[in-house]
Amino acid sequence: MTTMSGEFGLLLASALFALGLIGVLIRRNIIFILMSIEVMLNAAGLAFVVAGSRWHQADGQVMFIFILVMAAAEVSVGLALALQFFRCFGTLDADAAGRMRG
Amino acid sequence: MLELLWLIPALPFAGFIALVIAGQRIPRQGVALVGAGSVGVSAVLAALTAISFITSPPAGHVFSQNLWTWMEVAGLKTGISFVLDPLSLIMLLVITSVGFLIHLYSVEYMKEEEGYSRFFAYMNLFVGSMLTLVLADNLLLLYLGWEGVGLCSYLLIGFWYTDPENGYASRKAFIVTRIGDVALALGIFLLYTQFRTLQIQELMQQAPLHWKTGSVLATTAAFLLLAGALGKSAQIPLQTWLPDAMAGPTPVSALIHAATMVTAGVYLIARTNVLFSLAPAAMTATAIIGAVTLLLAGCSALMQQDIKRVLAYSTISQIGYMFLALGVGAWSAAMFHFMVHAFFKALLFLAAGVIIASVHHERDMIKMGGLRKQLPVAFWTFLAGSASLSAIPLVTAGFYSKEFILWQTWASPSGSRWLWMAGVTGAFVTSLYTFRMVFLIFYGEEKVKVSENPSMSLKVPLVILAVLSLFSGFVETPQTLGELSLFTDFMRTALPAPSSSSAAQGSAGLSLLVIASLVSLAGVWAAYLLFLRHRAFTEAVALSGPGKILSRFWSSGWGFDWLYARAIVRPFLWIVRINRDDFIDLIYGGTAWYSGQTYRFLSFTQSGNVRWYAAVLAFGAVILLALVVFV
Amino acid sequence: MNAMLYISGFVAMISTLMVITRKNAVHALLYLIVSLLAVALIFFVLGAPFVAALEVIIYAGAIMVLFIFVIMMLNVNIESAQQERQWMSPAGWVGPACLSAVLLGELIYAMTNSSIRLINVSMVGPKQVGISLFGPYLIAVELASMLLLSGLIGATHLGRRNGRNGDGKNRERRNS
Repeated sequence: MTTMSGEFGLLLASALFALGLIGVLIRRNIIFILMSIEVMLNAAGLAFVVAGSRWHQADGQVMFIFILVMAAAEVSVGLALALQFFRCFGTLDADAAGRMRG
Repeated sequence: MLELLWLIPALPFAGFIALVIAGQRIPRQGVALVGAGSVGVSAVLAALTAISFITSPPAGHVFSQNLWTWMEVAGLKTGISFVLDPLSLIMLLVITSVGFLIHLYSVEYMKEEEGYSRFFAYMNLFVGSMLTLVLADNLLLLYLGWEGVGLCSYLLIGFWYTDPENGYASRKAFIVTRIGDVALALGIFLLYTQFRTLQIQELMQQAPLHWKTGSVLATTAAFLLLAGALGKSAQIPLQTWLPDAMAGPTPVSALIHAATMVTAGVYLIARTNVLFSLAPAAMTATAIIGAVTLLLAGCSALMQQDIKRVLAYSTISQIGYMFLALGVGAWSAAMFHFMVHAFFKALLFLAAGVIIASVHHERDMIKMGGLRKQLPVAFWTFLAGSASLSAIPLVTAGFYSKEFILWQTWASPSGSRWLWMAGVTGAFVTSLYTFRMVFLIFYGEEKVKVSENPSMSLKVPLVILAVLSLFSGFVETPQTLGELSLFTDFMRTALPAPSSSSAAQGSAGLSLLVIASLVSLAGVWAAYLLFLRHRAFTEAVALSGPGKILSRFWSSGWGFDWLYARAIVRPFLWIVRINRDDFIDLIYGGTAWYSGQTYRFLSFTQSGNVRWYAAVLAFGAVILLALVVFV
Repeated sequence: MNAMLYISGFVAMISTLMVITRKNAVHALLYLIVSLLAVALIFFVLGAPFVAALEVIIYAGAIMVLFIFVIMMLNVNIESAQQERQWMSPAGWVGPACLSAVLLGELIYAMTNSSIRLINVSMVGPKQVGISLFGPYLIAVELASMLLLSGLIGATHLGRRNGRNGDGKNRERRNS
């Protein structure tokens, strides 16, 4: 029975989340934006697991599984959209999609 | 018969509505029939009502008829109700009879005009409003009639609206009388707050019970009502509109600005005489204003060259006499003079209209002359009217009414020698300018040829009015001439008899009578000398240095227009110019501008940039988190 | 064990930092995989072996591989690296950095006021997780499967090539 610092886990999750947020805001390439979103999702999942470990329950892990499922679905759709984006605009610059047609 | 009282004002109103709706479509004869006919039927009804009233007077010599309740709110209950007593009966008779004669005259006079049906519609509306004013039972209905006649005056002065000068004149009339109207409204408010009723009879009963003679409230109310009367009756200081109002057609000047509307002020003061008796200061003010006005206007009339302007100033002057009479407490004398004045002034205006129309619409008297032979009917009737105006002794009605007033200014306790002197001087000036008119127009060498002779429907009203001007005075004669006081006796129930006997009494009375008669005749003689025999001399005097200054000063109405333009109109226009952009509008414009700016600012949030949206999301999340964590 | 926790934590943070600052997409992806592996190790240390395995298998194994496939399909070339350098100017870092710093501060404040200080670690194994999934969270499982189905169909549909050449030229599209 070891004791761990739960605080550190949560702090780590917050830091990873903030880094992911910076990535979303700063990168212009769509692929990098999606990657940063993955980082953020991962951080959220880490927080869940830390909490579940504190209460000795499986709920944290169950939440992490669901986050995983959602990330998978989102990545597949997102990357498909990125492909269409590239075909449509010829570039991966997210700012290129700034105007609506018509 | 008295129950048909309501028809008397209703018929002209009905005529107005009919002409407004269908006036353009029916032929001229129809318009004339409706327009003049409605007033004619009213006149007949008024005569019948008078006969019925005199032969079998109702209880207390007052007949009231309530048509319906106008408003009943918060304790104020006013109705459309008419009251008939001797005072309103006299006004009724004069308005309808003179009105009918003038309508008859205008059928022929205005027949070339384009706005024929419009003219008769307005005239009918005017007669209806004036009748409402005199028959009104309560001050609110009186004010309604008051405003109605003011409106019709505006509409009719600016009848030929395509000329901007006419519009200016009608606006001036409306605005100047408006000042009086505001004062009247304030007076009505004051009376209501003090007595909680607007019924005139009740007010006149309650006022002496609650207010002491000379109290502040009574004096204030009386002065406010006086100010209202000054506006409508064109007395100093609100008299500047009447000479310019001559821009309207001649029948309009005859009806509105000679016989009826301008006497509404006199009627108002006579109606509320109890209130005025409670405020001696107001009475004195009325008398002084009357005296000053009659002199000022008389002198101005002497210098005018336009016929109608002479008559306009003459009207102002004669109403000054009526105010003088009211101011010394001779209520019935004022009404007597009103009646006679209505006849001869309307006559003079109508005859002037005939003259003007006959000489190619030339109004300048200097350019006329020697029309005696060419327009005989106009000459004789004009002479009759002028004689009555100048109060030629014994034969004219004007003599008797003016004598009545002059005796009262001498003998009444509120009168004074100075007022009498002013009245007598005014009589001299009156005959001077009146016969100046006669001699300039009808005597001397012929300068212009008459284009057409007046037709019968123009002559008949002139003759009728001439007869009335001469013979209607015999109802009230001084003691020394067979003391008849039919008029005062008739009015006794409505107007208290003057405190001194109405008849000129004793040797003082006889000598005053003689002095006044001599003064009038002297005026005629002076006019003969100055304007007929030695015309060249008079013209030389007028062209000399001081003569020119004096004549210009007097002919501009003693500089009142100049004064008002400098003191009131210019500052107001200056304020208007400063507020050109209307700072209140800035609030509304500012609100719209502000919304536009907010829109423009907020539209930046819709940039279409994905990363910007993400940043906004994050920002919102930060705010929400802060709310949850820290609050 | 504690040391494991701290070391893995630092590795995760540093590799995540590298992810967001690389100009080459594949490099960034590789760093991301390292980060994910470090987080999996943390899970293991915290007594959650099942999700640690899942993290490695699914997250690092499937999702990241998917990323790599798409990058290869997109044919990103040398020019894109220069483009990335151009896009990531130092001045652009200020705003997001501030925003994230504020967020981080708030989160830290919230965390330090919570009741988590020390955890007595005990293993919550796969059996427990499975019982939980098929017990109270049954409906969530069904919903997750529906989500996956929609993701599958969406990805299939959206990823289709239109026209005969999938060369990325913008051409008139009919309702597809």
